[in-house]
Amino acid sequence: MEQESHVMKATELRLGLPGSDEPVKKSNNKRASSEMNNNLSNAEKEDHQESPVPPTKTQVVGWPPVRAYRKNVLRQKKTEADSSGMYVKVSMDGAPFLRKIDLKVYNNYTELLKAFENMFKCTIGVYCEKEGYNGSEDALTYEDKDGDWMLAGDVPWEMFIGSCRRMRIMKASEAKGLGCL
Amino acid sequence: MAYSFPEEVLEYVLSFIKTDKDRNAVSLVCKSWYEIERWCRRRVFIGNCYAVNPRIMIRRFPEIRSVEIKGKPHFADFNLVPEGWGGYFHPWVVAMARAYPMLEEIRLKRMVVSDDCLEMIAKSFKNFRVLVMSSCEGFSTDGLACIAANCRNLRELDLRESEVEDLSGHWLSHFPDTCTSLESLNIACLGSEVCFSALERLVSRCPNLRKLQLNRTVPLEKLPNLLIRAPELVEFGTGAYSAELRPELLSNLVNAFAGCKKLKALSGFWDVVPAYIPAIYPVCCGLTSLNLSYANIQSPDIIKLVSQCQNLQRLWVLDYIEDSGLDVLATCCKKLEELRVFPSDPYDVEPNVSLTEQGLVSVSEGCPKLQSVLYFCRRMSNAALFTIAKNSPNLIRFRLCIIEARAPDYLTYEPLDAGFGAIVENCRELRRLSLSGFLTDRVFEYIGKHAKKLEMLSIAFAGQGDLGLHHVLSGCDSLRKLEIRDCPFGDKALLANAAKLETMRSLWMSSCPVSYGACKLLGQKLRRVNVEVIDERGTPESRPDSCHIEKLYIYRTLSGPRVDTPDFIWTMDEEGNTPQ
Repeated sequence: MEQESHVMKATELRLGLPGSDEPVKKSNNKRASSEMNNNLSNAEKEDHQESPVPPTKTQVVGWPPVRAYRKNVLRQKKTEADSSGMYVKVSMDGAPFLRKIDLKVYNNYTELLKAFENMFKCTIGVYCEKEGYNGSEDALTYEDKDGDWMLAGDVPWEMFIGSCRRMRIMKASEAKGLGCL
Repeated sequence: MAYSFPEEVLEYVLSFIKTDKDRNAVSLVCKSWYEIERWCRRRVFIGNCYAVNPRIMIRRFPEIRSVEIKGKPHFADFNLVPEGWGGYFHPWVVAMARAYPMLEEIRLKRMVVSDDCLEMIAKSFKNFRVLVMSSCEGFSTDGLACIAANCRNLRELDLRESEVEDLSGHWLSHFPDTCTSLESLNIACLGSEVCFSALERLVSRCPNLRKLQLNRTVPLEKLPNLLIRAPELVEFGTGAYSAELRPELLSNLVNAFAGCKKLKALSGFWDVVPAYIPAIYPVCCGLTSLNLSYANIQSPDIIKLVSQCQNLQRLWVLDYIEDSGLDVLATCCKKLEELRVFPSDPYDVEPNVSLTEQGLVSVSEGCPKLQSVLYFCRRMSNAALFTIAKNSPNLIRFRLCIIEARAPDYLTYEPLDAGFGAIVENCRELRRLSLSGFLTDRVFEYIGKHAKKLEMLSIAFAGQGDLGLHHVLSGCDSLRKLEIRDCPFGDKALLANAAKLETMRSLWMSSCPVSYGACKLLGQKLRRVNVEVIDERGTPESRPDSCHIEKLYIYRTLSGPRVDTPDFIWTMDEEGNTPQ
């Protein structure tokens, strides 16, 4: 039987990704000083390790196994709660016109930055306390409920989309002033 | 051989034998008993509508009064079965309209029922009494109007979670004033507003109304008037349970509920406003069943409610109950037999509520009668499963869904093999099991070895290879239904255990590495079994035999290959020829 299982293993056809019978890497829930930094570095790590489980809301058909009937009821509740999209204006220094994006479409800072980088053909840098910005990168800022211009990435995502009124992508050199209070 | 007592006596004796199992045993005694039994069988259950056909059923049992038929495979609930798969009730109703004019009861699950079918029911069966359609589709409120208008002795109309084309709520007004026979009405799944005064009058004139489940559009304000007209209610489902805060509405509701002295089960509670929950406090101590699975109320309100329901046997709830609520449940509801916890936000990887494995552990500790569990959570450990297995050796159904596919033991990062192994080893009466989390072939070794009474097994994203499937097919003596998705199980295990498939109701496999060649082989090997390849990429003949098929449905049948297959299903032929 053991030999059989060895042979079976050798000739077996598997659906999983290579290396996926090792235990899944523990997900890091610690909040670092920058939410954005955390997300970005996790994304990088995941690319290297080919983790079998995708990071965020990827929907596999029929999983988790919630009945279509129940899903519809839940969805009704959700759409009643947030039926309006959360559209905010986004400006980029030097661009001739502004854009508008629906913040609800994104689940975290990584996705948002990727979308902006595509939209505006720029590279958005992450601010870190020691090194500041790399001079050639752009910085993402936003105007919050109180009318203050803030550096994006300090607060958790949910809090961010709740308080963000508009956004501006500015040259990193200009953004220096925002980092210090 | 002469018989010592006349047929009529035997028939009379047989009328006390009710269960299918016993009836089937009776019919095997001898030819004479087979004949007598088949003429006096009144109730037939068909677990798979394609396992048999109307002609066979009618030929064997000419005097049926009650029929129950199931159609689509269970995984259809999760959108894994393509649209147009089948499960049509039409051929059944056409045949029964001719053969069973005295038919009284029809119960259907996951079948396609058209308005024509409903019209046929309404017009063909003079004594028709009970129509239950669970998770069915294909009909509209026009069909319901026909039933309402024509079934003079209708006792039960239950639409349980069916998908109904909701043209208007007007259908309810088609119940004639002479209809006073209604005992059970479940319209919870309907979206449109029913004519409320028609509903009120209907309820008023049906003195035997025991079960009433309203739909969401019936406002809270209307409830007191309805309830005082239905004092015999045993089961009640509210509509939307929300309104502006008005003291007189609250006191009216309290009085109305208090008037229903026989109330044992409550459900509904869409859009709940917590301030109105106390209206049901008067009935809480009598409740045996509470379905809060559509109620978006938070843990503190759920706790206040549940702590008053000392006689609760069944609780369905959203994960808003959290571990803290389950602790209270464990303390207060010692008679609990069934718990289902559904996810409020199934698609978010991050937890939105504090519900973990601990809640289920608490319930297993506190509720000695726990038999049936359906639990969605975001983390699990082998240690927790050991504890649950130890505390609840009487489990009959254990369905655990860890939301993240392939999630390991969150403490040790090991697979959950040992934990589920403990469940099957300790819970000797286990009949139904759904697995989740990170699992190797080991868990299937345990299942094959210990789960001797297991009848239904659901597997997703688990195992390492054919050996896993082999353990299950060769070890689980009582296995009737096996459904598998996204597991690395393939040809070898199936071919080695082909004979097992003839002893089961059905096998479903999707997104597994099963080759077309193996399916053809199975088709040749198996007699009286349909091997159906489901593939939406076009005929599997256009691809090499080694190519994996999308989905596979294998079931035993007396009826030969289906005659109503859609263009994405191919039935493997017994001669190994190219199927149509």
